[in-house]
Amino acid sequence: MGRTKEELLARLEELKIDFKRHDHPVVLTVEDQAKHVGNFGGALTKNLLLKDKKHRLYIVSALADTKVDMKILSQRLGLGKGGVRMAPEENLRQVLQVPLGCVTPFALFNESASAVSLLLDQGLKSKQSCYFHPLTNDVTIALSSSNLDKFLLSIGKQPAYVDLEASPVVGKDNPPDLADLVPSGAFCSSEESVENPTPKDAPQVNVPKEKTCLPEVKAKPKVQNKGAESSESKVLTNNGPNVEIFASDVLEVIFPLFLSEASKKLNIKQEELTQILKLDDFKRRAAPDLESVTNMFKNMAYTAGFHAGFDTMLKSGLGGMPSRK
Amino acid sequence: MASVAPEVEKKEEEEQVVNPWEVSAGKGGIDYDKLVDQFGCQRLDAALIDRIARLTGRPPHRFLRRGLFFAHRDLNEILDIYEKGDKFYLYTGRGPSSEALHLGHLVPFMFTKYLQDAFKVPLVIQLTDDEKFLWKNLTVEESKRLARENAKDIIACGFDVERTFIFSDFNFVGGAFYENMVKVARCVTYNKVVGIFGFTPEDHIGKISFPPVQAVPSFPSSFPKHFSGNDQLRCLIPCAIDQDPYFRMTRDVAPRIGYQKPALIESRFFPALQGENTKMSASDPNSAIYVTDSTKDIKTKVNKYAFSGGQDSVELHRKLGANLEVDVSIKYLNFFLEDDDELERIKKAYKEGRMLTGEVKQLLVTVLSEMVERHKRARARVTEEMVDAFMAVRPLPNMFG
Repeated sequence: MGRTKEELLARLEELKIDFKRHDHPVVLTVEDQAKHVGNFGGALTKNLLLKDKKHRLYIVSALADTKVDMKILSQRLGLGKGGVRMAPEENLRQVLQVPLGCVTPFALFNESASAVSLLLDQGLKSKQSCYFHPLTNDVTIALSSSNLDKFLLSIGKQPAYVDLEASPVVGKDNPPDLADLVPSGAFCSSEESVENPTPKDAPQVNVPKEKTCLPEVKAKPKVQNKGAESSESKVLTNNGPNVEIFASDVLEVIFPLFLSEASKKLNIKQEELTQILKLDDFKRRAAPDLESVTNMFKNMAYTAGFHAGFDTMLKSGLGGMPSRK
Repeated sequence: MASVAPEVEKKEEEEQVVNPWEVSAGKGGIDYDKLVDQFGCQRLDAALIDRIARLTGRPPHRFLRRGLFFAHRDLNEILDIYEKGDKFYLYTGRGPSSEALHLGHLVPFMFTKYLQDAFKVPLVIQLTDDEKFLWKNLTVEESKRLARENAKDIIACGFDVERTFIFSDFNFVGGAFYENMVKVARCVTYNKVVGIFGFTPEDHIGKISFPPVQAVPSFPSSFPKHFSGNDQLRCLIPCAIDQDPYFRMTRDVAPRIGYQKPALIESRFFPALQGENTKMSASDPNSAIYVTDSTKDIKTKVNKYAFSGGQDSVELHRKLGANLEVDVSIKYLNFFLEDDDELERIKKAYKEGRMLTGEVKQLLVTVLSEMVERHKRARARVTEEMVDAFMAVRPLPNMFG
């Protein structure tokens, strides 16, 4: 169950955080939001939900006119040149549990978003108050960045301010300066072992040849998806084992290891190898076979489970299932 | 469902005939423009393909890029629905007439898998074992056995078990499915069905009453355990264009019984090895590449039987280049070579005589062998228990996930 805006606002009041509340019709873009609150003195913000190739999510919350360069950001995070892109709509609904057009730092209030990294524009600190949506886009609240920090600390998050317009050179002698903001998980440990390079240090990956267009988070005034499913009844996690994501993850682990081995054994510098051997070409060639094999593995696991369940029902009836109490 | 493989016979007349049981071209092969006009379906244009790419967040399948799936009915309505956040389901099928599947049979399944992965929607697959019993000289047991065998090859194509329900008519017809069959049957006169399918007074009544069986999987109420309460859920049917008559009939009946019309996305025919005007048949193993062929078999078949558009001698070929219109190896590469740029390079070089038929065939053998090996590896993992799981009437909680 996602948190409601009432819960959030109640929590802000509990924490004695000062904020101004503005109600207005539902807005999906910064431009529309500006029409309703633009004259009240606060600073408009734009909030992007980004996703990297390992499906980790990032909220970038910036002043509306701060330039956010995704390529530079991706490099600064240590994800290579084309490592981040706009996240698809389902991530908004499932992970952040906010409607379209409503990405906000306050989404971290939801437990489902606990693994999402938040990057705050340094520019927010220079304003008296900034505008954010409190989990719905029919309300805007204005508060200072220090008050935002107070809230974030109260839910166990360390606010991270970044000069989003800076573009430091990232290379061998200059490690990516925002690498710490990449969420930790199975493929990315902060305690690195010396031998194996972690995927953070993986060679630069090229932007894939074929363009894929993912819906931009705040731009399109799309009709809300009231219809077949209600998001409240949906299970929070990824809907079932996904073969394509798994295969992609496996290839992203194997490829850097392969390059590292090849580099050592052939005595070629890894940087030179990455100019010749590209992750995306490798993925394209390997994906059909790997996905086929993975899909069969999933089928075998499902089949075993299915028959086990069927037999359980036959032999033990409902009593075969343990009680949770 | 009738076999996807075209049975193209050399006929004296110019007239082309296309229906689920007969496909024959006039001189010069099938005229697809004429067919689209005659049937009244729409062409799939670049704008629609772009829209699919945008909505699914991934590049369009090569069958779309190459114009192999080239016609549709109401596809834009399905895309509108999807864009709003509503769902639809997929329906395809196979008439299990023989144990061996060839590459032409795989084409609609490969495309359907792409649709399932791209749109993340459920799929029902109908095995028309009853149809084969009615049309071919098979026993009921043999038809049922072939259906299960074919199901294994279908499973090997890589469908998502959490979103796919495979069923055979002998097993599944009854209940709500049968109620819909009878509703459809009451709306189609004898004259109409003769007009659409070419039945004669000598045909037995099994054939004449079969069409509703293939029509009703288009209606979600035929699957009460899967789509309970969702009677207006739309259906998209990927199929070869010779199946269009079936679904024209279905679309005509649907509103009269209070149901939504199914949408269609239709493909061209897959050519036999010996060329477009040859019959691809199970009795001639050299007319097609089968999923059980070894790499050696594939090499032999392609080298010996694939009709070449190249010239008779190397000198002539270098001078005049190849005729891409009739060259079967190029047509096969069009279907199965993934890289668009590489395909263009090959076509250009071959047309200009810089590349020889032997070289094109060698590449084709590599591409086909990879595909067939992949299929075989997956097929080897399919067990009877797995077929049971795919064919069980079980809840699919993640089917719209």
